Amino acid sequence: MSTTEARRARRTRAFASLSLAMTRGLLRDRAAVFFTLLFPLMFLLLFGALFKDDSSEPAHLVQVGDVKMLDSLPEGERAGLREVLEITKTDGSRAARDEALEKLRKGDTDAVVHQGDGPGALVLRFSAADQVRSATIRGVLDSVVQHANQRATGQPPAYRLTAGQVEDESTKPIQFLTPGLLGWAVAMSGVFGSAFNLVSWRRKRLLRRLWLAPVGAGSVIGARVGVTLATAMVQTALFLGVAVTPYYGLRLSGSWWLCVPLVLCGTLAFLSIGLLVGSFAKTEESANGLSQIVILPMAFLSGSFFPLEAAPQWVRTVSEFLPLKHLATAMQDVLSRGEGWGAALPVMGGLLAFAAVMTLIASRLFRWDAA
Amino acid sequence: MSAMSATSGTSAPPQYAIAAEGLRKRYGETRAADGVSFEVENGEFYGILGPNGAGKTTTMELVEGLREPDEGRATLLGIPSWPRKPALLRRIGVQLQASSFFERLTAHEQIHTFAALYDVPPDRADAMLETVGLTEKAGTREDRLSGGQAQRLSIACALVHDPELVFLDEPTTGLDPQARRNLWDLLRHINGEGRTVVLTTHSMDEAEALCDRVAVMDHGRVLKVGAPRALMAEAGVDNLEDVFLQLTGREYRE
Repeated sequence: MSTTEARRARRTRAFASLSLAMTRGLLRDRAAVFFTLLFPLMFLLLFGALFKDDSSEPAHLVQVGDVKMLDSLPEGERAGLREVLEITKTDGSRAARDEALEKLRKGDTDAVVHQGDGPGALVLRFSAADQVRSATIRGVLDSVVQHANQRATGQPPAYRLTAGQVEDESTKPIQFLTPGLLGWAVAMSGVFGSAFNLVSWRRKRLLRRLWLAPVGAGSVIGARVGVTLATAMVQTALFLGVAVTPYYGLRLSGSWWLCVPLVLCGTLAFLSIGLLVGSFAKTEESANGLSQIVILPMAFLSGSFFPLEAAPQWVRTVSEFLPLKHLATAMQDVLSRGEGWGAALPVMGGLLAFAAVMTLIASRLFRWDAA
Repeated sequence: MSAMSATSGTSAPPQYAIAAEGLRKRYGETRAADGVSFEVENGEFYGILGPNGAGKTTTMELVEGLREPDEGRATLLGIPSWPRKPALLRRIGVQLQASSFFERLTAHEQIHTFAALYDVPPDRADAMLETVGLTEKAGTREDRLSGGQAQRLSIACALVHDPELVFLDEPTTGLDPQARRNLWDLLRHINGEGRTVVLTTHSMDEAEALCDRVAVMDHGRVLKVGAPRALMAEAGVDNLEDVFLQLTGREYRE
């Protein structure tokens, strides 16, 4: 029963009770729970669904009346056609044809096909509004006509084309959305949480009260760090849980778990920004405003919402100085691009160094009292 | 370290609970404390009075060890209060303001958190809640307590570790007469258990009703120290408020 042990036990109890008090305060603040957990997740659900895949819907084609060549297609070819073309058949009246052309003009359909003069004639009318779609329809119908012509000769085809799709190396939206938005979520809770906490406790004189209790600054700061790190882990679990569902389809590669230490280091970096903001700001409102001024531009410039490949050079240069950019890129590398320690370690080191510098500046500006 | 201070605390009981010697603190041009000296006896109920801006707050902060004095020193229970010493902080209790609570925690959770910070057993926290009459409000969150209940809770949090010396900062401000009287009884009870109590207040009848001695401050100095009755007799008036106005003047303070 040494005094060192007793002291350690006391410190542990103080740390645990402060962590519990902070966790309860956080969980009972519905707005805070919404903004740290659900709000960023909503962006993932939404953006993930919006940018899910680039393949367009089948083009829409109205067939006016009987068209001999289309009606006599073999069933196998017809099924193939249905994958790329959605065909609606109407009766062959003059009124039906006018109605179909009107729909085409308004953009409600992509093309209209009807029987021309003579049994072999096929008339295709298309809109130039969507060049890609009209080209698709023309190409498809052209090939259908060529096939029919070739079949009519009774000879086997002389040339055949076999096509197959290859997974390309380019990044799928979910691959950059998941780390980008997760980084943004962690940044929000890290910066807002600590800045607001610091200012609010200072204004309520709780910091002063704790200063007059036999607890070390280490226990107080440690509790805040612990709660924020735990929050970041919950955010990570939620984001990855959503992203890997078949609907969103993120496929994790070998060392994906490296995102855990990356998120922890990133959280420390954002916490340090929050400490700086909280040391500087005098009121809760200014802490909120300053946090927002830091986070939103950082999120946009770091490519949290959209990739920076098309961004101007100066944006990419600025982004090199932002911790969120490096966190998001490294997470993307380890989550889904099969990279390992080589991609994660330098970034982790950089984030920790950033955190150390910011904390040092914050400690110079720190005031435990509003006076 | 802690063993040493424990023995020194038991072997020779210090003469005074508080001894302030020539405390000075300047903020820019303002001399917030300009040579403050006073002593508080063990077990005494001591009031610090003064108009706004008199230097009460700064004096309390210097005495409590929240700030380093430019000159002079303060000893609490025989131990200098600056620099901060956890072993000393365990023996003093500080009630700041009714709003100094952890956000969104119940009365029960507040006092149990403070009990853990001072490493006292949880049943002691429950007993303290009982003492201040808040057992029925244990499950109520801090922002839903009435002014009087919040004051009693903050006093309970200051007393949870059974301190020898208690500082109270305007504990009855904003309370209705019933809650005020109720709190006075509580404060007398605390003092009756042998604790030294130091109180700052604007309320002269409060000081008159509770304090063994008061110090009247203005312009960062202690103008007068004495028992309320003695001060009234000396000034030839029949209430402490007239003593106060005689000493500090009638001009309006910010």
